[in-house]
Amino acid sequence: MSPPSRPSSLAPVLKVERLSKSYGALKAVDAISFEVAPREIVGLVGPNGAGKTTTINMVLGVLAPDGGKIEIEGVDLKTDRTRALSAANFAAVYAPLPGNLTVEQNLRVFGMIYAVKNLSARIDDLLKEFELERLRRTKTGVLSSGEQTRVALAKAMLNAPHLLLLDEPTASIDPAMARTLRADIEAFAKRGCGVLWTSHNMYEVEEVCDRVLFLSRGRILLQGKPHELVAEHKAKSLEDLFVAVAHETLHGEGAA
Amino acid sequence: MNLSRVGAIVLRMYYLYRGSPQRVFPMFAWVAVDIVLWGFITRYLNGVSQSGFNFVPTLLGAVLLWDFLTRVMQGVTMAFFEDVWSRNFLNLFATPLRTSEYLLGLVTASILTSIVSLAFMMALATGLFGLSFLSYGPALVPFLLVLFISGMALGIFAAGLVLRLGPASEWLIWPIPTLISPFAGVFYPVSVLPAWMGVIAHALPPAYVFEGMRAVIRHKAIPWSDLAIATGLAAFYVVLACLFFASVYRYAIRTGLIARYSAETVT
Repeated sequence: MSPPSRPSSLAPVLKVERLSKSYGALKAVDAISFEVAPREIVGLVGPNGAGKTTTINMVLGVLAPDGGKIEIEGVDLKTDRTRALSAANFAAVYAPLPGNLTVEQNLRVFGMIYAVKNLSARIDDLLKEFELERLRRTKTGVLSSGEQTRVALAKAMLNAPHLLLLDEPTASIDPAMARTLRADIEAFAKRGCGVLWTSHNMYEVEEVCDRVLFLSRGRILLQGKPHELVAEHKAKSLEDLFVAVAHETLHGEGAA
Repeated sequence: MNLSRVGAIVLRMYYLYRGSPQRVFPMFAWVAVDIVLWGFITRYLNGVSQSGFNFVPTLLGAVLLWDFLTRVMQGVTMAFFEDVWSRNFLNLFATPLRTSEYLLGLVTASILTSIVSLAFMMALATGLFGLSFLSYGPALVPFLLVLFISGMALGIFAAGLVLRLGPASEWLIWPIPTLISPFAGVFYPVSVLPAWMGVIAHALPPAYVFEGMRAVIRHKAIPWSDLAIATGLAAFYVVLACLFFASVYRYAIRTGLIARYSAETVT
């Protein structure tokens, strides 16, 4: 995988300030603020309905916030959406690539949308990296869910993004491939990409993420390094902490 | 405007057509049915009519031109529906792609498919029924231009409607050309319409084309000023349709509709 060409600046690749979104009376996201630095993998976790996907959709520019500000690489998403999104990419289990195009065709179409230079060579590299070469001319719709996830991740890497948004990236792939992909994404992050990673797999989050944001009812309840959070809250693991926070939230007691 | 992004939308359609006979088939099949059906009707009318009036350029030509408009509209909407059916909106609109680039991509894809259909229709109408396009003279160019722009406006409007009302509203848009055709005077002069229909007809660019076509066949002067009005009206409707689509897109972004086309939940 070729490295993203980013400067060694420590300025955040993603800066979210007091982001809010309501659906009628329901506050899906309630004035949350966070940053993702270059080379950092930030886990966005929380129970169903916590506001994770709403947050990701707002960062992707497909959902307008009611308030707040999103900057990608210092570019305001609201004022220059095209430039901001040129530096980002995403993969989500609920957004499969068109099944009626082959793997290569999908990568070519999205490569052109991201105006990727030397696209053919880039596609070849990604097909090799994600072990998709033999599936190059296979329609994406007939692939197994694990293979489709790999194609979606290859698409997400096409433009060597500086911000990568991953929503349950390993949800439907086998443990061996999941481990390989985690290693790939960690390596990709080390080269300068900031990653916002949503997952319900707390072992994975604990292993991969440098920092975790616990989201519940649209608010960030806890944030910090996974092992520090576990120690601070005297939990056995991040999963135990997640369950405790989710339980407290469910019963309206809040969390520390 | 980034041409690479526009090209991506066109390339996607090319890939779909290249690998799918079932997508290519309708480009030829339905227009062939229309041409053959109306070709025989005009041949029959020419045989029984005592007036010596040639129905071929009037009726068969009208069918061909109307089918062209329909093909252009369907070219845009079919390209849009490919994204609806493959639930591709989240993938597309979470990219640097602008709505103007997306629409231009749909229209460009439609130009290519409708030109292929038009060429096929012309070959069939000329080969089987002796329709001569020379009989329309240089007016054929503005005729096709106005119909093309009108079809484009209808296609963009229909795409906006489906984006706003959801995939289930698909059935609403297919009859649009049929609903317009009585007002457009495809087969008869606008003068035979009741006054209220005539008013509507004058707001429809295709009506000027078909009036012009009948005038040319009767060896009258080409109504250039009417065609200029029609072109202006058609361009106006394209702008309106684009504004409508942009407004619906903003609504979809505000409410989460775009994301819901890919995922049923937005929280």
